[in-house]
Amino acid sequence: MSNSTFFKSIGYKVLMALSGFFLMFFLVQHLTINLLSIFSADNFNEVSHFMGTNPLVQFLLQPVLIFAVVFHFVMGIFLEYRNNKAREVSYAYNKPSANSTWMSRNMIISGLTVLAFLVLHFIDFWIPEISTKYVLGDMSGLLPSGEFRYHHELQEKFIHIERVIAYVVSFIFLSLHLMHGFQSSFQSVGFRQNKNMIFLSKLSYLFAILIPAGFISVALFHYFNH
Amino acid sequence: MNLNLKIWRQKSNSDKGKIVDYPISNVSEHMSFLEMLDVLNEGLISKGEEPVAFDHDCREGICGMCSLYINGEAHGPDRGVTTCQLHMRKFKDGDTIYIEPFRATALPVIKDLIVDRSSFDRIQQAGGFVSVNTSGNTQDANAIPIRKENADLAFDAATCIGCAACVATCKNASAMLYVSAKVSQFALLPQGEVEAKERVINMVNKMDEEGFGNCTNTGACEVECPKGISLDNIARMNREFLSANIKK
Repeated sequence: MSNSTFFKSIGYKVLMALSGFFLMFFLVQHLTINLLSIFSADNFNEVSHFMGTNPLVQFLLQPVLIFAVVFHFVMGIFLEYRNNKAREVSYAYNKPSANSTWMSRNMIISGLTVLAFLVLHFIDFWIPEISTKYVLGDMSGLLPSGEFRYHHELQEKFIHIERVIAYVVSFIFLSLHLMHGFQSSFQSVGFRQNKNMIFLSKLSYLFAILIPAGFISVALFHYFNH
Repeated sequence: MNLNLKIWRQKSNSDKGKIVDYPISNVSEHMSFLEMLDVLNEGLISKGEEPVAFDHDCREGICGMCSLYINGEAHGPDRGVTTCQLHMRKFKDGDTIYIEPFRATALPVIKDLIVDRSSFDRIQQAGGFVSVNTSGNTQDANAIPIRKENADLAFDAATCIGCAACVATCKNASAMLYVSAKVSQFALLPQGEVEAKERVINMVNKMDEEGFGNCTNTGACEVECPKGISLDNIARMNREFLSANIKK
């Protein structure tokens, strides 16, 4: 890898951006399905069952997604370590707020908060799902009553206010992460000119507010409508 | 005005260094920041103390020699100026002013406020040039047509004075604004296209070797750059780098 001309600082930037683009696309897809749970339990159940049993989704897209998540976090932590080494002696007095946003300087904090959330999210949904399907071998997606289980399981999770608060706080941090991450990804792959920056910056804030707000609204809806 | 200066003193690169307090009085608001330090040093010399070592040369914002991290900002609180162009009217009577060297592993302190910026020279030597055939048949650069827009952008990039404020202010001590300006000033011109691929790869390679951090697009460098070098240059360098890796 050391002889490569690509795996240098810019190469790492590009890979972070590409995995970021993929994860942002995944967020849109995940939110679209989650929003169905507000409007139609039946539609949500059907789509969840399709996603949970389709071999292409399960054995191709899901591993790619897990790889992208792990890659994005590992690379982010590796780059943070490298960047810290580039300044071993800190300033006695520093004023970073004079020239940059909190979000851009603290991607590691917002990122680690999202990582902690993902652990909770995996324990809540992913591990029970994998256990039901691939350990217990129940691919039916049905409750003993004969109804689909997905919407029921979703509602059960959001009975507890502690979980709702944890989700809301995590999505606020996701929003902060996206406010910088969205526009930063475009810059990293070379898409930036002064003339399109205002548009890109506005689009970044719009995406960073709408997507987490959508997830928060799903959690709150199920808390108040159980 | 009367000021309390807190200045980083370090005898040599191997010395640990510390902040030392220097009260100074009768500072005129018309003085430049460096003239204020000159007055301080005259006082220190007359008392038989070691003057504060700091870099300076042209004192008109062109040479890129002066540095200083003043009250938490590279080249101080003013925008679009170097430390030599910063005036004491930007401060108030009774202010405490922290004066530190530019900090980065790749810019080691030589003494007090002077840092070794030769890593920038080595990056430039790795590819920041156009090889010229000096056989006597060299074409006049003015005879080659260049789009006005590109000529302007190349000129803007070439105004980088290599002062390293971008590195000093970046939370990652990244030199990408500097390197991207040097890549851009050639990449935009027909003379620079021939060696574009090797240039960007060699300069980025050297930048990494020197121990500079990785750009995370905070934009702090663009804000603090005394010459207003745009982040567009970093995006251009990223495109050049990707294209060079695809074409190879």
